[in-house]
Amino acid sequence: MATIHVDGKQYEVDGADNLLQACLNLGLDIPYFCWHPALGSVGACRQCAVKSYRDETDKMGRIVMSCMTPASNGTYISIADDEAKDFRASVVEFLMTNHPHDCPVCEEGGHCHLQDMTVMTAHHSRSYRFDKRTHLNQDLGPFIGHEMNRCISCYRCVRYYKDYAGGTDLGVYGAAANVYFGRVEDGALESEFSGNLTEVCPTGVFTDKTHSERYTRKWDMQYSPSICTGCAVGCNVSPGERYGEIRRIENRYHGDLNGYFLCDRGRFGYGYTNLKDRPRQALINGQTVAGDVAVAAARTAINGARKTLAIGSPRASVEANYALRELVGAANFHDGHATGEGALVKLALSIVREGPVRAATITEIENADAVLVLGEDVTATAPRVALALRQAARGKGQALAAEKKVAEWQTIALADLLQRDSYPVFVASVDATRLDDIARDKLRAAPEDLARLGFAIAHELDGASPAVGDLDHRSAALARTVAEVLAGAKRPLIVSGTGAGSAAVMQAAANIAWALKAKTADTGLVLTLPEANSYGLALLDPQPLAAALAALSSGEADTLVVLENDLERRAPKALLDAALAKVKNLIVIDHSASATTARAQVVLPAATVFEGDGTLVNYEGRAQRHFQVFDPGYYDASIGLTESWRWLASVDGESRWKILDDMTAACAQAVPALAGIVDAAPNAAFRIDGMKIAREPHRYSGRTAMRANQSVHEPRQPQDADTALSFSMEGYNGTGSLDRPTELLPYAWAPGWNSPSAWNKLQQEVGGNLRGGNPGKLLFAGGATPRYFSDVPAAFVASGDAFRVLALHLHFGGDELSSRAEPIRERAIPAFVAIPRVDFAKTGANGHATVAIAGTLLQLPTRISETLPAGTIGLPAGFAGIPFLADGLMATVSGG
Amino acid sequence: MSLEQDLLVKPLTARVNLAAPQDLRTYEASGGYLALRKALKELSPADVQSRVKDSNLRGRGGAGFPTGVKWGLVPMGPDAGAKYLVCNADEMEPGTFKDRLLMEGAPHQMVEAMIVAGYAIGACTGYIFLRGEYVVAAERLNKALAEARAAGLLGQNILGSGWNYDCFVHTGAGRYICGEETALINSLEGRRANPRAKPPFPQIAGAWGRPTVVNNVESLFNIPPIVINGADWFKGLSQGKSKDGGTKLYGVSGRARRTGVYELPIGTSAREILEDHGGGMKDGYRLKAWLPGGASTDFLLPEHLDLAMDFDTIAKAGSRMGTGLLTVVDDKQNMVSVVRNLEEFFARESCGWCTPCRDGLPWSVKMLMALEQGRGHADDLAELERLTRLLGPGRTFCAHAPGAMEPLQSALKFFRAEFEAGVSPTAAKADDVHDLAQTGVLDAKVA
Repeated sequence: MATIHVDGKQYEVDGADNLLQACLNLGLDIPYFCWHPALGSVGACRQCAVKSYRDETDKMGRIVMSCMTPASNGTYISIADDEAKDFRASVVEFLMTNHPHDCPVCEEGGHCHLQDMTVMTAHHSRSYRFDKRTHLNQDLGPFIGHEMNRCISCYRCVRYYKDYAGGTDLGVYGAAANVYFGRVEDGALESEFSGNLTEVCPTGVFTDKTHSERYTRKWDMQYSPSICTGCAVGCNVSPGERYGEIRRIENRYHGDLNGYFLCDRGRFGYGYTNLKDRPRQALINGQTVAGDVAVAAARTAINGARKTLAIGSPRASVEANYALRELVGAANFHDGHATGEGALVKLALSIVREGPVRAATITEIENADAVLVLGEDVTATAPRVALALRQAARGKGQALAAEKKVAEWQTIALADLLQRDSYPVFVASVDATRLDDIARDKLRAAPEDLARLGFAIAHELDGASPAVGDLDHRSAALARTVAEVLAGAKRPLIVSGTGAGSAAVMQAAANIAWALKAKTADTGLVLTLPEANSYGLALLDPQPLAAALAALSSGEADTLVVLENDLERRAPKALLDAALAKVKNLIVIDHSASATTARAQVVLPAATVFEGDGTLVNYEGRAQRHFQVFDPGYYDASIGLTESWRWLASVDGESRWKILDDMTAACAQAVPALAGIVDAAPNAAFRIDGMKIAREPHRYSGRTAMRANQSVHEPRQPQDADTALSFSMEGYNGTGSLDRPTELLPYAWAPGWNSPSAWNKLQQEVGGNLRGGNPGKLLFAGGATPRYFSDVPAAFVASGDAFRVLALHLHFGGDELSSRAEPIRERAIPAFVAIPRVDFAKTGANGHATVAIAGTLLQLPTRISETLPAGTIGLPAGFAGIPFLADGLMATVSGG
Repeated sequence: MSLEQDLLVKPLTARVNLAAPQDLRTYEASGGYLALRKALKELSPADVQSRVKDSNLRGRGGAGFPTGVKWGLVPMGPDAGAKYLVCNADEMEPGTFKDRLLMEGAPHQMVEAMIVAGYAIGACTGYIFLRGEYVVAAERLNKALAEARAAGLLGQNILGSGWNYDCFVHTGAGRYICGEETALINSLEGRRANPRAKPPFPQIAGAWGRPTVVNNVESLFNIPPIVINGADWFKGLSQGKSKDGGTKLYGVSGRARRTGVYELPIGTSAREILEDHGGGMKDGYRLKAWLPGGASTDFLLPEHLDLAMDFDTIAKAGSRMGTGLLTVVDDKQNMVSVVRNLEEFFARESCGWCTPCRDGLPWSVKMLMALEQGRGHADDLAELERLTRLLGPGRTFCAHAPGAMEPLQSALKFFRAEFEAGVSPTAAKADDVHDLAQTGVLDAKVA
């Protein structure tokens, strides 16, 4: 701690901070641009100037930049000093000499840090009378707009994109008053984390193109606290809606998870919810019917069934899955994962829930000092984890900071000290990954061999973990190196998951983590999962999907209820066709049209995550509530969609569950493992000062006119019985209390702070945890003594003619929902088959290949791979045109 | 005077021969590399450092920081790891052309200085960061380095000392800011030439994150003679004209009769430099003002000519000695044009990192252009004065903009009438302002 004196008042602060951080932590506002909690101090913009005094007798003082000055004990500064104030206003005046003042037509307007800072410095008129410097803009692809004339040259974009996110294709060019931030030439930004530029940029240079197409001011959108469903990390997001459409997604700060940053799939993949061809009305045999008619038909079908089975969904809420299980009974409730994948999810669940090493938070990942990634391309399967791993590697700079007596916030100095050094990250995977550039060493091998490497590492760490016989020299040497590095680390981390499709890989990862845990308390483990609510579904203990298909094929059951699931993504087509052919009544509850809804007799249109409330359980076992952003029926009374759990409650018919809280409580009571979900967020009775919390900013405009084309009478706003949020600007809007429950924070705003920088006002200390606590409730306690897994697989042996099919995970194009969004489709590459170079010639493929796989012939363009193991081919999992890839699938390849 | 005697009086330029610089053989025959041999055989690095410290040699790049003190901040000892010596030979200061003379005229003295200084700080590698346009210097330095390497004066186990060290020429790509030592280091590493924040100072974390010393060419040229002749000899070179020791390269440019570079005792008066060595002003021109040592120093007046040209005396007069090469302004030159020319240079050479420098300098240029063209506003003088404060020390990331403000603020102080003459009586109304801007007349092409 240190004592500092600001404008005559004495404060206790953390002496390791710089003065800007320290003052912001105290709630004292100093304007700034180039500083960012995640990017540190660089002293470029000169906006955060304050007057610094030698001691209390010094009346002269001198101007210093608060971001570059340590908050050391006995510091005397003034923020209010006239000279400092004048200088800060002058800095904005300088920036304005070239800024176009195009706020009325700028998409940043209304959530612009530059606007906020301009107001804060009170700069209002400039004496500059000459022409402005202008730039040409670039096409940066489907996600990001570019308007360089607005640039104030804070360098945040390149510092984020290159230094923080590891991107290589955004740079700074030119010099003097002609500094340009862009690419060498037009083209889509390559980083999977490019969207954060829209929030990192303090003005309107980098804007969200998906938002441009349906632009609305920040203050004119309705928001909810929501959860991204793009993977199992469960990043917190703030989707904005107007006129019944989601118009953008912004980051919603979470101190343990996403922090300030999202991935592009999560940010730009929301378009599926706006699609015109989504089922928005109930259907019976393809004909639109009223909801109650469809419910009655479903109930009749179930009542008349020989037996009704249900298939749940890893992308639907806990409540929806639980309601489904209640409808058909636990014995008839089946996994919505593919059969093999479901088993992997249950294995992962047992490892992190019952084992001694609980899942690491994203913040903990960032603090790891040695990492092994085993079998996973996390940039695709859990992207936010990949961004965190980059920070772990860079973290060595923090250690050097102490050694060289350089402050931790001196970002550039740390990078200079670090040069190309980093904390060790090892990547063992079936193919090249997007993290290979930070890998100290890499191994590419078939899943069996990855597992063998993992078991060998675990054995090196603890002889009680089983040994691996006949390990090849390369793997044996690597195992020794990795074991030595991990054992020497203070905060080692193992990252694995279901992506390799191999139980042995995850078991090996668990053995390593458990062996390390015995030596090192701060051992971390991350297991990635297939979908946003994989754990929420697995905790309901569903029967395997294969059992459902078998029971249907045999005729044992003749009615099937499918929840938010396209079964063609979950099972081989032949098996599925055989089973569904025997189904008399197929009832599907989903929000998106699919091959499964096309086959259904009854379709009940479900709410997407943006249109309904529910709870999801992420990879850590954190239950998080997502809240409905808007009521679709407000704009179009014919829209008949609602949450899946509510449809199921209607079909169930007993009116047991009226509001979400009933549903959540029932589930929590019935399933002890899910008991914590009631605490995932405050319930519907929660009030602040007797008020519900407004989803709309208090400046929301145009409400009385927005439905005037239907009726000039403004209807009553939709009422939300399920939650403590209101569909309105009426209610509590955050001006009074900065420490309200963060689960109920729909968007970032604080008085004077309209940009995403407002999050800094809602944190205990800038860049740290939220004042109201980080959202969600951890369900897993963990802690049992491990019993090592002992099934070490045999090494992979390439067979003569047939190739082992490996599922390749890509950031864009493989995820079911985001791939329906136009900008994601534009960014995704077409499906392909990757063939190892060593095998390429013998396949006879030439640019194109025919892949024969489980009786299906696929015509695909080829990619020659330098990295896939010999005897395998890679297919992009989940892509259009790629069939369901079962475990251990073999294929033959011939010329195109 | 023999070369031997000459070297005791003019240690920097005695060997300079632009037509045919000494090669290794003739350099050694005339006492070259004796300082290196003496240092490696008889002196520890600490001994070399203390000699230089005792001499109180002050950095000749313009800041005047004692070279020995700078070296003393470098971590020494067996665990110190890789360290670098960098010679700042990116001579781009307007009106300054002294280092070029030394490197082209006596390349082996540069090489010897690089080795001895490298030894003093325990460096593993030396780099001569050379202005790209100095192609003759590059050629001659590279030749000298090759000769030294072939003779075992560079490379492994130099002269049996067990010390390994090599030295390379790195030619710059033409940015003034590379003269700023941390920007130079970034450029040497292949990055943008933006200055770095200090602390950490380069002596702790410089090139590639390692301890690094950056010294000016002229400073380094003094090292071998100091090692041979000692600190007291060096102090005596100023002949009592200054409390600083040594000789200094002085020079004159502008409308003087004999422009050039002259090695004189430090503390020689500006009048002696201009009138005795520079031959005074050309016929028909009177001295109006002079810059003591480069574009980033404050103007002084004819009445200041009798001041001793050393760091402290010139600082007391409100300017800086800088590089010590005088730029004279004559009575036929308009001060507004002179300053506009200087500020245009500074605006163009800003690295673009910090706001006041990047956006403030072009603004000053545009106002100066307006005044130059007689289209200035009555407010412009006050605005320019405001800029000199807003771009002053502590406001900007490095010394570039504060340096740029020195000629502007002193010209406004001494020659205000010339600026006022550029104010248009009709352009002062606010609505005229926009008309003017829209004509494009004032669209100064800066970057």
